[in-house]
Amino acid sequence: MSLLKGLLGMVTLVFSMALLAQQVTYDGYEFKTAEQRQTYQQLTQELRCPKCQNQNIADSNAPLAGDMRERAYNMVMQGHSKQEVIDHMVARYGNFAHYRPPFNLFTAVLWLAPLFIALVGIAIAIRMSRRRRQTVALSDQEREQLQQLKERSKDD
Amino acid sequence: MSDAQTKSNKNWWVLFLPLVVFIGLVVFLLKGLGSDPTKLESVLIDKPVPEFSAVDLFNDNIQHTEKVLYDGPLLMNVWATWCPTCRAEHEFLNKLAAQGVPIVGLNYQDDSRAKAIDWLNTLGDPYTVNIFDPEGDVAFEFGVYGAPETYFIDANGKIRYRHVGDVNQRNWENKLQKIYQQLQQESSS
Repeated sequence: MSLLKGLLGMVTLVFSMALLAQQVTYDGYEFKTAEQRQTYQQLTQELRCPKCQNQNIADSNAPLAGDMRERAYNMVMQGHSKQEVIDHMVARYGNFAHYRPPFNLFTAVLWLAPLFIALVGIAIAIRMSRRRRQTVALSDQEREQLQQLKERSKDD
Repeated sequence: MSDAQTKSNKNWWVLFLPLVVFIGLVVFLLKGLGSDPTKLESVLIDKPVPEFSAVDLFNDNIQHTEKVLYDGPLLMNVWATWCPTCRAEHEFLNKLAAQGVPIVGLNYQDDSRAKAIDWLNTLGDPYTVNIFDPEGDVAFEFGVYGAPETYFIDANGKIRYRHVGDVNQRNWENKLQKIYQQLQQESSS
């Protein structure tokens, strides 16, 4: 009976371990929790490789991207938050290293230009539709002509 | 004068709006044409050199810290034997060292320590201090993203300029020497 219980316990342990391992191993790194893995995953998607022109550190094979992944992993495992890791990278490699640039004087154009262009477009559309709706005023002479035309078409 | 005429007189400048926008775009895009997208501005400009601790390239018993960069003004050159451009600039660094420009060498993620030492023994050692950084931890603190890179550090241990790519006679005479002399003037005054 105790043997059976032990065996059952072993099987459960192996299964749960396999499940756990599946959950927390990613990119060759082992994580203690699924949350840590998720933070790491998000970081490698959002951080940009300074050596490459347009690749995040998850996709890049550059040695520097590897160094940054390692740094991100170590910091996540030490309990640093996602923002702390981002700040750490930006403090060394600049805003270039993050795919979401902050809003400041230099990046204002980047953030505001789409909004500005959309507003201009809407303004132009409104003006054009208004102009089209304006009724055309007829002079007395024109009104008379119109009347005549109408009567003529009735007669036909 | 009719109504329509006064209206068109008032709004004649609107016709020039596309031209103004066009000229603005041309200026903006031309500026972009001249700049090299692979060159990044260092975020450490005007900041003190970051803290670090690393061993000497030749001697494991000697520890270097950021203190070695406080003897400025000086240059810190990031190099490795796997970097062909570093080979190209090495002769010129020897020349600068002979002229009395202090250069600290940061050996960055080299293939092997023996290779790096052999390189300095055969090609000459222009460096006043040789920092060994096999994992690139020191370089990471400086935001190094390639080799060679050369940092200009002032007498107060502040990073004032970063040059990406090789240092040669041409860019030294055209630009870099002025930056170095500026730092020298500041420290003597």
